[in-house]
Order: sequence, then C-alpha cells, then structure tokens
Amino acid sequence: MQKSKNDVWVGLFVLIGAAALLFLALQAGNLLSLTFGDTYRVTANFDNIGGLKPRAAVRSAGVVVGRVESIGFDDKRYQARVVIDMQSGINFPKDSSAKILTSGLLGEQYIGLVAGASEKNLAAGDTINETQSALVLENLIGRFLFDKAAEAGTPAAGAAKK
Amino acid sequence: MTWLHPATIGFAVRARLADMGHGARLFLRLLALVGTAFARARLVFDQVHFLGNLSLAIVGVSGLFVGFVLGLQGYYTLQRYGSAEALGLLVALSLVRELGPVVTALLFAGRAGTALTAEIGLMKAGEQLSAMEMMAVDPVSRVLAPRFWGGVIAMPLLAAVFSAVGIVGGWLVGVVLIGVDPGSFWSQMQSGVDWWYDVGNGIVKSVVFGFAVTFIAVFEGYTCQATPEGVSRATTRTVVTASLMVLGLDFILTAMMFSI
Repeated sequence: MQKSKNDVWVGLFVLIGAAALLFLALQAGNLLSLTFGDTYRVTANFDNIGGLKPRAAVRSAGVVVGRVESIGFDDKRYQARVVIDMQSGINFPKDSSAKILTSGLLGEQYIGLVAGASEKNLAAGDTINETQSALVLENLIGRFLFDKAAEAGTPAAGAAKK
Repeated sequence: MTWLHPATIGFAVRARLADMGHGARLFLRLLALVGTAFARARLVFDQVHFLGNLSLAIVGVSGLFVGFVLGLQGYYTLQRYGSAEALGLLVALSLVRELGPVVTALLFAGRAGTALTAEIGLMKAGEQLSAMEMMAVDPVSRVLAPRFWGGVIAMPLLAAVFSAVGIVGGWLVGVVLIGVDPGSFWSQMQSGVDWWYDVGNGIVKSVVFGFAVTFIAVFEGYTCQATPEGVSRATTRTVVTASLMVLGLDFILTAMMFSI
C-alpha cells in the first residue's frame, strides 16, 4: 500500500481523538481514583441512609479507605444494609462506628468511620454494629418543634388530658 | 380529492415501505462490507481525513464556545444557591452526557453529511456510478462503504474532542475568568463523573449517532434523483432527516441509559 500525504493528518486526528478520550476518562471521570487493589467486604446497618449512593466514599479522618459496594434493604430488621469494600491493608477495630456524613453543605454523602478500641480487627463478612443515620432535615425540624411545643404547652397538655 | 383515493394512499404506503426495505438492505450490506472496506484501508483513511480532520475546526471551535457559555450560565445559576464549586461537575456532565454527542452529530450532519450526499449524488447524476457498474466495479463497496466506515470512525473521535475542548472552555471561563476555586472545580467533577456510566455512555451515543448520520447521508446520495434538483433535494433531506434522527435517537438512548 503506498503512502499518502494524508496519512500524517489522519494519524494526528486519531491521536487527538484518543487524547480527548483519555482526558475525559482521567481528568473528568474518576478512572485514576478507582482502587484496583484487594478489598475485604463488611456490612453496616443504618436506620436511614439519606442520600447515600453506591460507589460513595468511606472515609476515616478524611482519607478514603473504602467504597460503598451496594445498598439494600433488610426486611428482618427494617433497616438499610450497606455493603462496604474496605481496602485491604487498612485495618479497623471490630467496634468501630460508622456514620453518614455530608461533604459541604450541598455535597455528596459519604460514610465516616471512627476507630473503636477493640483488640480484634474487622474481617471479611463482619458487620459494623455502631452506626449513626444520616441527618434528615424533616426529622430534625419535627423534633425541634415537638420539643418547643412540649416546653411551652405542658400546662395546656395537662388541661387537655382532663 | 384525489389524495383521498385508495389507490393514491396505497401507492404512498407501498413507496414508503419500499424505501424502508431498500434502506435496511443497504444498511446491512454496508455493515457486512466492513472487511472489504478495511482490506483497502487507504480509501477509508482518505474518508476519515475528509470527514474527520476537516470537521475538526468547526467541532473544536463550537466545543470551546459551548464550554464558555456553559461556564457563564452555570456559574450565574449555581452561585444563587452558593454552590459555584459544582460548576466543574455541571459543565462536565452536560458535555459528556448530552451536548458532546448531540451537538457534534448535528454539526457532523451539516458539515460532513451534506458533502457526502452531494458527492455521491453528483457521481450518480454524472453517471459515474453506472459507469462503474458497467466495469463490474460494485459502487456500494468501492464508493459507499469507505465513506460509511470513515464517518463511523470519525464521529466518536469528534464527539470526544468536542467534550474535552468544552470542558477546557468551561474551565477557562469558570476558573481563569470568574475565579472559581480550581481545586473544587476539578475535584467535584472527578467525584461526580463516572468514567463508565457517564463517559462510556456518551461514547456509545456518539457511535450510534455516527452510524445514523453517515448512513442517512450515504443513502440519500445513493437514492437521489440523478438531476441537479434531485441532488439539492437529497442534500437538504440529509440535514433534516439526520438531525431529527439524532434528536429522536438521543431521547431513546437517554431513556435507556440514565433512567434506571
């Protein structure tokens, strides 16, 4: 096959296209931040996960130590069951606690992990028992109003009982 | 009221069905000719050069300006809610998921599709295609297939260039001009854009659009009336049909990909 002067330009075009794809995958997407290392799987049950999504980060002291694998519903305990892939090599005590936090005011939700004091470490298949649900604004306001009402209306409530 | 006559309606329906069947058969033949086309890769590469390289300028400049506008518009809307840091995420998601493939396909239909239709149509009007058939050269595999596959290769690359240049444009306006924090611009983008779910599906879209636009252009040129007026009508039809097809397919693909 003979060469033509177009070859250079076609080659450059394909290279530019490939570079653009690479840019999208690495710089705009999160291909680099994927952890390909080994993981061990633990579960945690939450009363309410709020807006937590699969692939959300699991952080401890602000450092990503794992990712949310999947989220399901446990119809025995009526709780959300969150499966977490922890990076192997990072060990946490068995009585560590997990809570759902939000990064920034409108940011995405992630799981914050606080180490406990147990001698034993979490292993694959274990469950994190100490959990704290996501903050739901309606519940917070509801509790606040209820407390206010209870504070202000104690005599009235007594009167109503009569 | 001749148009209500059953024979007129019947003829119209039969003509449409014949067109569709003709189109489907040509499409399957072009798909089957992938081996033949790449056995003479020179022809395909020349078409990639003609359809891809020469479209790079319009696609790149459009991408840059779409990115500029997204940066400005996104900033003014987001800063009302005090979340201007999410600008990077907004620009990247809108480009990678929607605007990159769709706008590129529309530009591609206008820049490259019309050229294809006019070229093939004029070959037909000049009876070059008939002459090739007389010499036992199949015009579908010699003329149509390289153009079709060249367009199918060029389209996703152009869409990727559009999205990448657009993100750079959004960055220029958002970070350099307005002064959004560059760290949160990129980190919000990276935490929000999934490389397969968003970028990959955008590429799938652009590949589908590449097939659709190039096929419509080639088909309109090949089936046009062999007159100057017929070629001009076919060129117009290419732009109209391809644009509508891209928008319709985009709705279907988006519903399939992102609604689950």
